Amino acid sequence: MTTAPDPGAAPIPVSAGVGLRTCHLGDFLTTAPVVPWLEIHAETFLQAGGPRLRALDRIRCDYPFSVHGVGLSLGGAEPVDPDHLDRVAALVERVRPGLVSEHLAWSVTGGVYFNDLLPLAYTEPVLAAVCRNVDQVQTRLGRRILVENPSTYLQFAASTIPEPEFLAELARRSGCGILLDVNNIHVSAVNHGWDALAYLNAVPAAAVGEIHIAGHWIEPCDDAVLLIDDHGAEVAEPVWTLLEAALERSGPRPVLVEWDTRIPALPVLLAEAAKAETRLEIARERSRRHAA
Amino acid sequence: MRPEAPGRDLLAPEPVQRAVEDGFRRALLLDDRAPLLGLIAEGGVPAARRLAVHRNTFFGFLVETLAAAYPVVSRLVGTAFFRGAGVAYIRAEPPDRPQLSAYGGGFADFLESFAPARGLPYLSDVARLEWARIEAVFAADAEPLDATALQAVAIADYPRLRFCPHPTLRLVSSPWPIQRLWQAHQCEPVEPVELEAGGDLVLVLRPGLVVAAVVLSPGDAALIRAICAGATLEQAAVAAATPGFNLQAALAGHLTRGSFTGFTIA
Repeated sequence: MTTAPDPGAAPIPVSAGVGLRTCHLGDFLTTAPVVPWLEIHAETFLQAGGPRLRALDRIRCDYPFSVHGVGLSLGGAEPVDPDHLDRVAALVERVRPGLVSEHLAWSVTGGVYFNDLLPLAYTEPVLAAVCRNVDQVQTRLGRRILVENPSTYLQFAASTIPEPEFLAELARRSGCGILLDVNNIHVSAVNHGWDALAYLNAVPAAAVGEIHIAGHWIEPCDDAVLLIDDHGAEVAEPVWTLLEAALERSGPRPVLVEWDTRIPALPVLLAEAAKAETRLEIARERSRRHAA
Repeated sequence: MRPEAPGRDLLAPEPVQRAVEDGFRRALLLDDRAPLLGLIAEGGVPAARRLAVHRNTFFGFLVETLAAAYPVVSRLVGTAFFRGAGVAYIRAEPPDRPQLSAYGGGFADFLESFAPARGLPYLSDVARLEWARIEAVFAADAEPLDATALQAVAIADYPRLRFCPHPTLRLVSSPWPIQRLWQAHQCEPVEPVELEAGGDLVLVLRPGLVVAAVVLSPGDAALIRAICAGATLEQAAVAAATPGFNLQAALAGHLTRGSFTGFTIA
């Protein structure tokens, strides 16, 4: 498992945290809600100054933090933009997070940012390029990062490597860990007719350093459906089942609830984290039994 | 998992991944979807429906981002018009980096030449005022100058004073009453604003955590413009000399509201 790469950082506890969104900053400043850890999107806090950053500095003192990037574009053909990487590195230095993570996706090409986590072709040469990008980030930050499996809506005919194998190989070659998003697995499995449990089995459980859960949107498409990973609802039942299956394979891991559109009042979000905590308790009990 | 796509054996990352990236660029910015559709594996839901998810995400979030930065412009033109203008702007000037709080600074210039908005000549200046407020929110924090520090300056040195403008300070000048329009749209129902009532020279500033905006006299605006350009107090006072302008009162106002962070003596 990951050891804390920054000895001054508060390590992420093996419990259920929530994503900190700007609409909840006020709640955290005024009421000190009980939640074991928080995760922020790096790109939300890259300003020079202002009240948002000031709030982060204060809340940072009270909770362990994880920094989750959404714009490093690890899956792109181009190397990571060194200026953007510098900005993220400065935020990491400021927050001193227990974990840093990004996505197996791309979003920047030719000087344009596409504000989305876009899919890549899974081929051997692309894998080499992604390894190079992960290495660039890990070298600049001086620490191991976790890379998250994406939710996808389309696949490329040129792809030759199944996604979980691509991710496993990326982890093996670059030394990065895996952020396992079980909602993404469910979304992609439905969208492409994959077997979600087979996906889970193909991911090296020992490399998993964190698990994400979130809600999705079900869009009817003629006689089929497309699942849209909008993080805009409570966690769906099949995703809870996948979380239980993932914890059974990896053992207890930090779990994070993400909610990014139609964001509810904070207590609703914390209630989702509490539901995840009951699954974690079962996993802890299981590993205690195994240890005994 | 991955269907049995034969997969051409491509040895360099560039051909495949660059084609994918160029395909997305063409599909999203130029509405030319054919090259990307040609790369997508068929099966189940049609490729065009799958691609539409990305199109909705890209434009949906960016229009939301613009609407959050330009709430008054959005109310002035209505949601549907704003969406149309937003999509046209996004196509013309997509984000150049993954930092959405910095996206949208060119929207005012875009609106100025956006033909459907020609009937609202004040719209782009309202947008400039809203963007100045966004810049002030996210600019570097700085402690305003403590006015008592000026007591140590000899009167004879005053002409050579150079004030350092606060990093959040912005000046927006318009022949239209943009601050009154902005103010009127902060509550419901919107009080009508007399458009022919003359322009507003608006100083936007965030000395602490809260953005403040104040309308300056023409002399005062000239003073601030000169100081921001690096003028000495003497040079700025010459620029500001207009009927009724009172340098001492103007300076006192700026010291109270925190327009400066310090000074040097040239």
